[in-house]
Amino acid sequence: MSVTEVQFQAAAVEAAPVEAIQGRSQWQLTWRRLRHDRMAVASIVVILVMCVLALLAPLFAAVLHHGQYQAFTGAGLSSAGIPVGPGTHGFPLGTDYVGRDLLVRTLYGARISLFVGISTTVLATIAGVSIGLVAGYFGGAIDTVLARFIDAVLAFPFIVLALALAAIYGPSLLIVIGVITFFSWAGIARIVRGQTLSVKEKEYIEAARSLGAGPWRIMFIDILPNLLGPILVLATLYIPTAVVIEATLSFLGIGIPAPTPSWGVILSEAQNYYQVAWWYVVFPALALLITTLAFNLLGDGIRDAMDPRTERLFAARRKRGKRDVALKDGELPNPPPAGVTGAG
Amino acid sequence: MAFTRFLIRRILTGILVLWAVATVTFFLFFFRPVDAVARQLAGRAASPQVIAEVIRRLGLDQPILVQYWHFLGNLARGDLGYSYYNGESVKTIIAQDLPITASVVVGGVVLWLVVGLGVGVLSATHPRSTFDRVSTVGVLTGLSMPTFVLGELLIIGVFVPLNQNGFSWIQTGYAPLSEGLIPWMGHMILPWITLATVQAAVYTRLSRGSLIDTLGEDYIRTARAKGLSERRVVYRHGLRAALTPVVSQLGIDVGAFLGGVIVVEQVFGLSGLGQDSVQAIDTGNLPVIIGFVLVASAFVVVANIIVDASYALLDPRVRIS
Repeated sequence: MSVTEVQFQAAAVEAAPVEAIQGRSQWQLTWRRLRHDRMAVASIVVILVMCVLALLAPLFAAVLHHGQYQAFTGAGLSSAGIPVGPGTHGFPLGTDYVGRDLLVRTLYGARISLFVGISTTVLATIAGVSIGLVAGYFGGAIDTVLARFIDAVLAFPFIVLALALAAIYGPSLLIVIGVITFFSWAGIARIVRGQTLSVKEKEYIEAARSLGAGPWRIMFIDILPNLLGPILVLATLYIPTAVVIEATLSFLGIGIPAPTPSWGVILSEAQNYYQVAWWYVVFPALALLITTLAFNLLGDGIRDAMDPRTERLFAARRKRGKRDVALKDGELPNPPPAGVTGAG
Repeated sequence: MAFTRFLIRRILTGILVLWAVATVTFFLFFFRPVDAVARQLAGRAASPQVIAEVIRRLGLDQPILVQYWHFLGNLARGDLGYSYYNGESVKTIIAQDLPITASVVVGGVVLWLVVGLGVGVLSATHPRSTFDRVSTVGVLTGLSMPTFVLGELLIIGVFVPLNQNGFSWIQTGYAPLSEGLIPWMGHMILPWITLATVQAAVYTRLSRGSLIDTLGEDYIRTARAKGLSERRVVYRHGLRAALTPVVSQLGIDVGAFLGGVIVVEQVFGLSGLGQDSVQAIDTGNLPVIIGFVLVASAFVVVANIIVDASYALLDPRVRIS
């Protein structure tokens, strides 16, 4: 290869279009990977469809002329007083034990269940992030007190408190939201605290402090954006957990008070009729399962998409035979609060 | 020697925890209006005098601190008190309920450990294989399913069809072990499956993650470099250290469940500690509530001590201090 040839090649490289290489932010990378994860995309679609169906519940009620509380003792019950099956007398999914339209109630139930799931997650995330940031950033006595408090909440028998509150004040939507929030923030706070402890030692935080930034600015403007990834994954995984807890509380009679339809309420009413009316259990259970599964799959997908090791893993798979490259699960633990499993 | 000191210290802290739990529960339920309990006891039509008499007889008219002192004194003597409603001793109720709850837990634990660890280990040794992907979806389905829904679906899909076709081995309710192994298992099999399905999902995820982490460690590479068989590397070297988080979760779960498997008991009509504690809380039966909560916490405390002691057995790097 002559010198002129090398010079020519070098010139060609320099003249090559620059836009071939493009800076991408962490979020853009995550989104790109997520878009290629078929399972995650399907989950997003399912969640959106469920939200739309929940919003359109009144439309279904209007078209079918079946209100959510309207009991059709004539058409809606058989002569023996048993719920009628799917498709009979204009009830697409059949009726419940007092002859109400199961489809309409399941759709209205989606509103309550999704509302509880999302609102408790938002509240718990705000509380958990704030407390975790404060504990991790300030350290010292503040951290000791807050960390012990977090541990205590995580260890408390969740169902006992829920039962006690319901026994004292009577079951209500507010108590359900309060109880779930109270037992969800601690898990988030613990992880945010841990991350804050490591991020606050970075040089750019020191730089911010030397420029005169106050503690609140550093916590929320400099540290928080770095933690948004793990927080997003946690929050996505908390929503299905909250939906499941709401259903369980309602099943135990300490959740949303009947006749308001939530999936938990419908399923707990259904437990006396499963021998004669399978649809009464199966359809609301399917709605609940599809929704929680979609959120869980999406959370897992986001976690994988955020993990730079995932890309390497796929690359290694393509080359075949590399045995040691593996995805670590431990980084972002899935958070079902102790009480959920404790409830059996 | 170090072990004895460890044990003594843990038992003392355990007693402190139990005292704290009893106190919190006592004051938590004290806020429940006394009149409501007395009215339930005395009947709807009871005159105010009768209600006052009931309150006086239960000692509920005394200042709360006096009641609390009285309660602690009884507790120190091992007296858990008597049910407000039928005067039955709380100890007797616990002795009746515990075998039922324990039956559910024992079979459930065996089932969920076998399934959870088996699937977890296979997924970890074959990450991103078809098996791993299927098991991940299975795990997420298990985590997405409320326990009671699974129980109800099992009743519709398994119990009802089998019984309608004259196959009566599988039953709901409870048969004590004294009636024979087969009836006992027949009554327990659905609760076991229900409990184990949800728990197996948790344990699969836990053991998979933990084993994958462990297999990435240097000493595993050393073991492979020494020329040990893959089986020996995974099971002897890897799994043993990877079990630590599994054992600690197992301790927490078994301890918590022995205090009452609330949902499973409720679905299958088992009157164990879980179902009866829900009932006690519903009716404001304070002595029974505190008794149950204390038993449940004692199980958690003991389970934690056992877990910490067993770390040293599993992981050679851990020393008890």
